[in-house]
Amino acid sequence: MNLNELTIKEARLKLDSGEMSSVDLTRACLKKIKEADKEINACLTVCEREALAEAGAADKRIKSGERGGLLGIPYLCKDILMTKGIRTTAASKILEHYVAPYDATVVARLREAGAVMLGKTNLDEFAHGASTENSAYGVTKNPYDLDRVAGGSSGGSAAAVAANMCLFALGSDTGGSIRQPASFCGVVGLKPSYGRVSRFGLLSMTSSTDVVGPLAKTVYDAALVLKAIAGDDARDATTAPEAIEAYEQAVGQPLKGLRVGLPAEYYLKDLDKEVAAHLAASAKKLEAAGAELVKVSLPYTKYGIPVYYIVTPSEVSSNLARFDGIAWGLSQNEASNLQDFYKKTRGAGFGPEAKRRIMLGTYALSAGYYDAYYKKAQAVRTLIIEDFNKAFKKVDVLLTPTSPHPAFKIGEQVNNPLAMYLEDIFVTGANLAGLPGISVPAGTVKVEGGKQMPIGAQVIGPRLRESLVIKVASALE
Amino acid sequence: MSITREEIQHIAELARLHLSEEEITKFGGQLDSILQYVGQLNEVDTKGVEPTAQVSGLSDVWRSDDIIEWDKDEVEAALSQGERETGQVKVKRVL
Repeated sequence: MNLNELTIKEARLKLDSGEMSSVDLTRACLKKIKEADKEINACLTVCEREALAEAGAADKRIKSGERGGLLGIPYLCKDILMTKGIRTTAASKILEHYVAPYDATVVARLREAGAVMLGKTNLDEFAHGASTENSAYGVTKNPYDLDRVAGGSSGGSAAAVAANMCLFALGSDTGGSIRQPASFCGVVGLKPSYGRVSRFGLLSMTSSTDVVGPLAKTVYDAALVLKAIAGDDARDATTAPEAIEAYEQAVGQPLKGLRVGLPAEYYLKDLDKEVAAHLAASAKKLEAAGAELVKVSLPYTKYGIPVYYIVTPSEVSSNLARFDGIAWGLSQNEASNLQDFYKKTRGAGFGPEAKRRIMLGTYALSAGYYDAYYKKAQAVRTLIIEDFNKAFKKVDVLLTPTSPHPAFKIGEQVNNPLAMYLEDIFVTGANLAGLPGISVPAGTVKVEGGKQMPIGAQVIGPRLRESLVIKVASALE
Repeated sequence: MSITREEIQHIAELARLHLSEEEITKFGGQLDSILQYVGQLNEVDTKGVEPTAQVSGLSDVWRSDDIIEWDKDEVEAALSQGERETGQVKVKRVL
């Protein structure tokens, strides 16, 4: 077995026993990136020199007797998180040469824990998308079938974990961007509750739903990473003050007496037959482990996408207003006056989906339309949240498919933005309500062309109950 | 309901976004179909329902307003890509 194929738990034993060094492990990952990434395009930046230096420092800490879950463990970071001294592009031309002067809180926490950053991963520009096709630097391909997408927006992180380029990766999830690519690439993707993980240094997309989380090979590994990055942060006033937990200890805990809800609106008749069969098998597994299956209803589910595609573009149009071409980012200097300079810089720097969302959001927030669109969407958001609250009075967690189908072909949906938006149908609810959700591999389905593609099962729990969703997810592995 | 070309140009103006003729045509059609789709929210009775702006459950979070000093090279890095003159960031003429 190659070292880069280890899980964090396996690597931990070998690092602590001195059987291998973090430098060995880091070299194995860097080698895999060099071999595989020409085809897959998961990484936008690889920082080999810095990574080897960090690995060397971690080895010293281990030798001196220090112990820690992520000490010496190599990872990749979605390129929407600020990394001091290493460029952060958000997969946009407008930030092609941007180097942040500070680390995101999650990056700083991983640095302190001794994790080794190998580089930055590809995404849909500014995390706008569900396929990584909106990246200004080319699509990320699915390691299971190079003709198919890796999902998005954290497609680079999901593909990198699936291809064993790293032991784990960071992603961000605004409307499914960790869970959907995890489902497409056959890895575990954990979206924490809103506010459980600091957003400081995460380039703002939709400030009311954005959250950072891990993509990993096992539920245990994802839980370990969550423990390292979670918790209150004075630099993000929306972080939850509640104490974090030893999330990895929830793995493998008994499920006896647990009530698992199966929401009717997530198991519609037109759901892919094989996906439905795998989900039924997942439910059976939980039942066999002592859980009780309960049918529930979340009647406002179908309004999740329309609400999301008002709320998100509105917040995006406001958050992307900061890209004015002054002091940092792209500048179009041939303009003669300030207005013209703004327009030219933004017109040249943003890709089509960013422009589409800026336009949509500006429209929804403009005079005369604000009540009809934005305020209406916010009110329906309340009803969606109440749906979940009512369901969690009857059950402890919900079990649903992560995506209605396996990864689609590259190019299949690029000219139809609405079809792309519908990709998020099962994942936006947890974001609008701020709930924790996790996607776990639930089997493979045969696709056109004969390949077997992974699909995921999603567990959603009440706010700040990450330990509970981790416990249930671990029973599905 | 259909968005006119003038409306698209007006929104682009508000968003300080230069769009090519081709983009104006393309976005017009796409925004129309997206708005038609989100229009289904009108079916929902939201009378008396409070709108949700955020889900953190927190309000009035305070912290002391301390100045964090940055190193000179951090300041330089932060402003590294702008046009500079005598240490100041230069902007285009406003008038």
